[in-house]
Amino acid sequence: MTVRKSQSKLTAEEKRAFTNALLELKRTGVYDRYVNAHNAFLMSDSDFGDRVGHRAPSFLPWHRRFLLDFEAALQKVDPKVSLPYWDWTVDRTPSSSLWAADFLGGTNRARDGQVLDGPFAYAGGKWAITVGVDARTYLRRTLGAGGAQLPTKDEVNSVLAMPVYDSAPWNSTSGGFRNHLEGWRGPGLHNKVHVWVGGHMASAASPNDPVFWMHHAFIDMLWSEWQRRNPKSAYLPAAPTANVVDFHGKLRPWNDVTPADLMDHRKFYTFDTER
Amino acid sequence: MNMITRRRAFGIAVGAAAAVGLTACDKGGSAASSASASPNAEASGPALSIPTGGIDEVYEGRRIQITLDPGAHHDGQHMPGMPNIKIDGKELHLMRNADNSWVTVVNHYETFADPISAAKAAVRDLQGANLLPFAPTGGTP
Repeated sequence: MTVRKSQSKLTAEEKRAFTNALLELKRTGVYDRYVNAHNAFLMSDSDFGDRVGHRAPSFLPWHRRFLLDFEAALQKVDPKVSLPYWDWTVDRTPSSSLWAADFLGGTNRARDGQVLDGPFAYAGGKWAITVGVDARTYLRRTLGAGGAQLPTKDEVNSVLAMPVYDSAPWNSTSGGFRNHLEGWRGPGLHNKVHVWVGGHMASAASPNDPVFWMHHAFIDMLWSEWQRRNPKSAYLPAAPTANVVDFHGKLRPWNDVTPADLMDHRKFYTFDTER
Repeated sequence: MNMITRRRAFGIAVGAAAAVGLTACDKGGSAASSASASPNAEASGPALSIPTGGIDEVYEGRRIQITLDPGAHHDGQHMPGMPNIKIDGKELHLMRNADNSWVTVVNHYETFADPISAAKAAVRDLQGANLLPFAPTGGTP
């Protein structure tokens, strides 16, 4: 059984195994297929039409399945690897070990945001951006530039206390836990972290930055924590609803999995905090 | 390129301006108050609207053109006045949110009060880089 660990608890060897597996997926072209797939949904998910991966109730189960697929791809390269999660309520500065040269590298250049050190620096020759919104081919971050702030633990707790999963109109204006965790309303949790990292993470080509997976692994963990704190709350909508995926609706692009199938993460992995 | 050094005033009279944020919507437009629409939008100045003739101006050395596409269809919805943004002639993909705020492909996780604010934020992020056509296909990894 896969155990997902906090990125801050990984050994040097585990960090190396994770980044090496990422580089191998990049080399074989598999990585960029995931970037492209995510972006296709980000671009087509609309408040005014069908939406499945974003601004919709299925934001959480969709990303759970997307991460499971990606983690399986990593494990084909190295069976010992699992997706680490980044708890940005704790590791919340650009000087965190997350951004050190032996892990994701940092932001070394204000002029263009180019990541200059670590395995994903452009000069290393192994991480050229091929699926981006502009012509820059190097990975970029801004890490808190311009006064951007990461969400706080108090803000996370306020959202975890919301008892209703989601509500009509089931989009980026909804009340409820999902839209507040996604961050279109309230303290702006998930979205705010994309903006804080900046560069590719702030764009529609966000998975180009490997921290995407670690951010979403933590969002996924927060979903499971919300379930633990709100045991009587269920996924909504329960019944078929226009433009969105209900509890027993099929999730694109897989079409063979429903939110109901993805409610319990322990079918697939556990978190290090649960051991 | 025909350099334009200041805003080309198509419909400069404020009274004649069509506020895209108010007119572009025919569904769900009142779902949220404008007060909560855009915490990250530019705070300076009054809310910008798009003159009926569009916007054509230079910001930080980049040419921003915004045109209205009357009668556009988006995801099956009739949405009159859907704006198109170009930066130095390259399309900046824009998406409207149900509360009439906006996101672009460059800043996809923060919302802006109007298309010109979104375009200016994109110019700042691009730092001189050119936009590429961004049309991911498929969806299956």
